[in-house]
Amino acid sequence: MTGPTLKGQRLVALFLLGCLLFNFPLLALFTGNTRIWGIPLIYIYVFAAWMAIIALMALIIERKDR
Amino acid sequence: MNNLPKDDLPKNGLPKSAPVTSVLIVEDEESILLSLEFLLAKEGYAVTTARDGAAALRALQARPPDLALLDVMLPLIDGFELCRLIRENPALRGTRIMLVTARGREAEIARGMALGADAYLTKPFSTRELMDKVRALLGVPPPV
Amino acid sequence: MLSGALIVVLSFAYVGLLFAIAYYGDKRADAGRSIIANPYIYTLSLAVYCTSWTFYGSVGRAATSGIGFLPIYLGPTLMAALWWYVLLKMIRISKAHRITSIADFIASRYGKSHLLGGLVTIIAVLGIVPYIALQLKAISASFSTMLQYPNVIASTASLPFLQDNTFYIAMLLAAFTILFGTRHLDATERHEGLVAVIAFESIVKLVAFIAVGVFVTWGMFDGFADVFAKAAAVPELNALLVQGGAAGNYTTWASLTVLSMLAIILLPRQFQVSVVENVNERHLNKAIWLFPLYLFAINIFVLPIALGGLMHFPAGTVDADTFVLTLPMSEQKTWLALLAFVGGLSAATGMVIVETIALSTMVCNDLVMPILLRWKFLRLTESRDLSGLLLGIRRSAIVLVLVLGYGYFYLAGEAYALVSIGLISFTAVAQFAPAMIGGLFWKGGTRLGALCGLSAGFLVWLYSLLLPSFAKSGWLPITFLTEGILGFDLLKPQQLFGLEGLDDISHCLFWSMIANVGCYVDFSLWRRPTAAEHSQANLFVDVFRHITPGSGSRFWRGSATVADLQTLLGRFIGPERANEAFAAYARSQGIPGIEQVSANAVLVHYVESQIAGAIGSASARDMVASVVVEEPLALDEVMAIIDEASQALAYSRQLEQKSRELEAATNELRGANQRLQELDRLKDDFISTVTHELRTPLTSIRAFSEILSDNPQLDPQQRSKFLGIITRESERLTRLINQVLDLAKIESGAADWHPSEVDMREVLEDAVAALSQIYKERNIALELRIPEHPPLVMADRDRITQVALNLLSNAANFCDKPDSRVSITLSEEEAALRIDIADNGIGISPADQAVIFEKFRQVSDTAAGKPRGSGLGLAISREIIHHFGGRLWVESTSGLGAKFSFTLPLPRSSTSFLAA
Repeated sequence: MTGPTLKGQRLVALFLLGCLLFNFPLLALFTGNTRIWGIPLIYIYVFAAWMAIIALMALIIERKDR
Repeated sequence: MNNLPKDDLPKNGLPKSAPVTSVLIVEDEESILLSLEFLLAKEGYAVTTARDGAAALRALQARPPDLALLDVMLPLIDGFELCRLIRENPALRGTRIMLVTARGREAEIARGMALGADAYLTKPFSTRELMDKVRALLGVPPPV
Repeated sequence: MLSGALIVVLSFAYVGLLFAIAYYGDKRADAGRSIIANPYIYTLSLAVYCTSWTFYGSVGRAATSGIGFLPIYLGPTLMAALWWYVLLKMIRISKAHRITSIADFIASRYGKSHLLGGLVTIIAVLGIVPYIALQLKAISASFSTMLQYPNVIASTASLPFLQDNTFYIAMLLAAFTILFGTRHLDATERHEGLVAVIAFESIVKLVAFIAVGVFVTWGMFDGFADVFAKAAAVPELNALLVQGGAAGNYTTWASLTVLSMLAIILLPRQFQVSVVENVNERHLNKAIWLFPLYLFAINIFVLPIALGGLMHFPAGTVDADTFVLTLPMSEQKTWLALLAFVGGLSAATGMVIVETIALSTMVCNDLVMPILLRWKFLRLTESRDLSGLLLGIRRSAIVLVLVLGYGYFYLAGEAYALVSIGLISFTAVAQFAPAMIGGLFWKGGTRLGALCGLSAGFLVWLYSLLLPSFAKSGWLPITFLTEGILGFDLLKPQQLFGLEGLDDISHCLFWSMIANVGCYVDFSLWRRPTAAEHSQANLFVDVFRHITPGSGSRFWRGSATVADLQTLLGRFIGPERANEAFAAYARSQGIPGIEQVSANAVLVHYVESQIAGAIGSASARDMVASVVVEEPLALDEVMAIIDEASQALAYSRQLEQKSRELEAATNELRGANQRLQELDRLKDDFISTVTHELRTPLTSIRAFSEILSDNPQLDPQQRSKFLGIITRESERLTRLINQVLDLAKIESGAADWHPSEVDMREVLEDAVAALSQIYKERNIALELRIPEHPPLVMADRDRITQVALNLLSNAANFCDKPDSRVSITLSEEEAALRIDIADNGIGISPADQAVIFEKFRQVSDTAAGKPRGSGLGLAISREIIHHFGGRLWVESTSGLGAKFSFTLPLPRSSTSFLAA
């Protein structure tokens, strides 16, 4: 688990994805009055993106390579 | 052969019988040239002379000799280079080469042979040795 | 109504439970059956990140800024993805070097600097103590809220009694921390019981918060959709929902994300649980996704609780920070309210315990011990057993930290300075980032750079964040904020240099990071790292390559006895544990017993790292150095090191010097060798040329002799011609042999010189007389321009005559035209006689002029017939003229003749003559 392993690189890529998802301007796309099940879109978006990131982390870590 | 320039004709020992075997001597040292010329002419060869590499090339083109005696340390074009040029020229395929030089190191002999020389003679030479080698190269049996 | 006594008993009972868990955890650890050695406990211990500021404060923040509270948890989620590189590296380094705090880490990275360790400690204490105060305030506030059950209207005035209660809680926590945090001194500085407690508390606070969330969402409302739908009906809440925290200010959102990313690895308590208390670095794997999951879980219900509270209570009547407690209370859910209270208590106590341990370790190892060890009159360095003293200092530091926290809480109370302290603390620890992260990945960072960066960032933080918070609390004149210091507008602390439009945290983060990173990089590049800095930088940055523990001592050489080292270690961790440590060392090295342990660099490094665990790496280095006599590196060792670590040592000035000298010597040798080879080649060339020149006349002589011998019938004319050649060539051979010997003599300095006063007129006339026959034969006109009585020169008459003859015969050789002329001119120059011998012959080309004075170089022009000569005449002539201090040179234009000239110096007393 040293050096630039494939796992490590995937995690860094995920970090960059997270930085993109949780920042302007993507966030601005989801503000506004739109609602899903009565919940404002921005709340759904942030929590869904968050959960997705965590799920991907779990996938990267727990997946058995070869 | 009758068209050869006058000063390039052997001074003595005119051809005894045809076909005459021709020899080109390339040597910048006047007295040595003189001795070689005397020895070969006396034996009956048609002798041509040149005193530097450029003159030697001209003589070679004018009439390919059966044998070229080349001094190594020559003005303008040295003996090794002449040797190489002769071997590169298909028209001179029949020309035998003997290098005659005062520098008798093994490496130089080897270099001369690698460039296509057929024999090597070190100065000062014995006249008998010279003539033996010349005869051997030209396929003439030694005089009885 | 809940009685105060019940709540107090419950609180103390809860703390008692913590004691039991900690005790059990330690017992299991001592028995070698750890209960914390799994990734789940590790993850839960990381959740010490969630304090009462999360438990109560998130709801409060959400009530005013919608999802504006979330970056504090998104940041750590993102950072978790980088743990694979960042945190793993920190753990590996800390284990290898027995690093026990963030101050120790930074100090150790930059060459084990006391100053840096102290600075980090001071920043940490200033930044974190108010944060501890905030936790105490949360405990106090939750107490007073619970006491009014079921009345939820917030009390305004805090009672002295309650504050006292908080004081007791603080002291209880101090006792707990001392008991389980300083049970013994150990190099690893790990506390299993304590970690078990923190993990337990993380479960409690999560369960409590989710329980309240579920109750509010489904008990008071009809699920998430219902909460949001009802909130949308209230105009003010709708505005909150639509605008959202993020929509309001993306800059704030981004800077909070960055801030919390840094906090999750730089907060002293996070460093403590994630690095110091880490049992196995593989646990980090699962934590990378489990920890963000924990954060996610504890945040799901923040918005429903906030919205529920805002809708449930009339606007402004209840502090949103207390909704977690007051919502269950107002619904008469006694046990749920008590559970929430205990959840808040665990969030607060967990933080206080770990933070206190971390800070006290820093204060002891990086602040107090370096100073005490430096005070020579204390004679600490000679003391037999320092372990008692160390424990005392550690325990005092714990009490001190908690008393400071309590004091700040007591003084600040409801002041702004306390409420906003969470983010102010985050910003303070963010100042460690450049030195820390730069130190992990950039070898160029130096002690000076880290010191300057930290100081600059810290000062900006102090000026633009902490002092303004004091001003807002009324402790400083408010004009400090509105007018800036000394009335300079540009120095307004929260609009530095006129920068407006940022919230105060983003503003401070921006300027402090500019100052911090700028100074760190600039001053790091100011000068080369020292050997110590470079060695540490290599060990840290390339930790994955230097995993063997002994590698730290490779660049160090010294001698010490095993007994000295064991005694030294005993003084810091006690003789018994020192004995155990040595036994462990012997086992790790495959040595049968302590008696067979030999003192070498590996052992010294081991002892140093063990001591580092007790007193910090910088002090440990000093202590070990006190018993170890360092020796200069021997040359063969230097060579060995060059093989192994040439890169690291390239920075050692001494070595650089040595290698420069070596290189210079090598170059000299190479040069000498080249000159020898050149001389050898020249000698070979010379011999080869001489041989050639000798063989040429010999060839003619032999050939003609044989011709004459073999041909007795030759005609007399030819005969005499050949004999003439033999004679001429023999003379040539003789001349050549004489000249070679002559030149060899002159060059070797063995020649005989017979200097006398020479009349150059006589010399030139003699030479002309000797050659007159040749000149007459070739029909060359000779012209002499020589004064009657030239001044005499000191020279060897025969030799000078030889030169004149050589030049005159050369001139004759070059003349082949019908009207050939050679002129000899003698004139007086400044302090010298000059002789010119000019001809109107073929001349010498510039290329030939350059070489004709060299041996065996002849002008080669076959068109004009080759000039006869040995090729040595000019070389010898030049040697002769040089010998008498003159010059010999040639001027010529091709085709227009050549003029050879030489000078001979006149004796000083000589009088000038008038031209004839």
